Amino acid sequence: MTTSHFLLMVLYALFVSLVFAVLLKDQPREQLKTGAMMFGGFIGVAYVLGWLMFPFPL
Amino acid sequence: MGTKSTAAERPRAAAEPARLALICALSWLFPGAGHLLQGRREKGLVFLVALPLMFAIGLWLQGRLFPLELSDPLVFLGAIADRGIGAPYIIARFMDAGAGTVTAASYEYGNTFLMTAGLLNFLVILDAFDIAQGRK
Repeated sequence: MTTSHFLLMVLYALFVSLVFAVLLKDQPREQLKTGAMMFGGFIGVAYVLGWLMFPFPL
Repeated sequence: MGTKSTAAERPRAAAEPARLALICALSWLFPGAGHLLQGRREKGLVFLVALPLMFAIGLWLQGRLFPLELSDPLVFLGAIADRGIGAPYIIARFMDAGAGTVTAASYEYGNTFLMTAGLLNFLVILDAFDIAQGRK
């Protein structure tokens, strides 16, 4: 099976952000804002950590 | 207005113990059912679709459903997390799915999806419990 690691990470971030946003907020607008911030945070941190591991591999 | 759950979102009196237990049990068995039962239709539907789908993706990625082995604490904790999703877990066991392929590139991703789906459902159960208690 050929699956992109990045795509799987994005998919994971999407599900977790969706569930947390719906759990934490009641209004659709707030849910969208929280979910988008969480999703962006997931992707941003993963991207930065990914690049940090390039010169400093674990 | 009929489809909105805002009217049902007002704080209300705590449910009886039997009803609380029913809400928690249903919420475990069918993710989101506890919310649907309490009139939180939109939230319930999101959980009902998202969590089993996440679990199914975990199986598709060849993740493993861990056995309850007390001798290995991490495997034991993983097993508890896997079981958090309820009916999808039971169905997967009946279908002999979730054997896991350690050599697959997506194996760890699969495990992460499976366990996270179960752990998120634990949070959903707690949320349903809080709503039934009138805290939300």
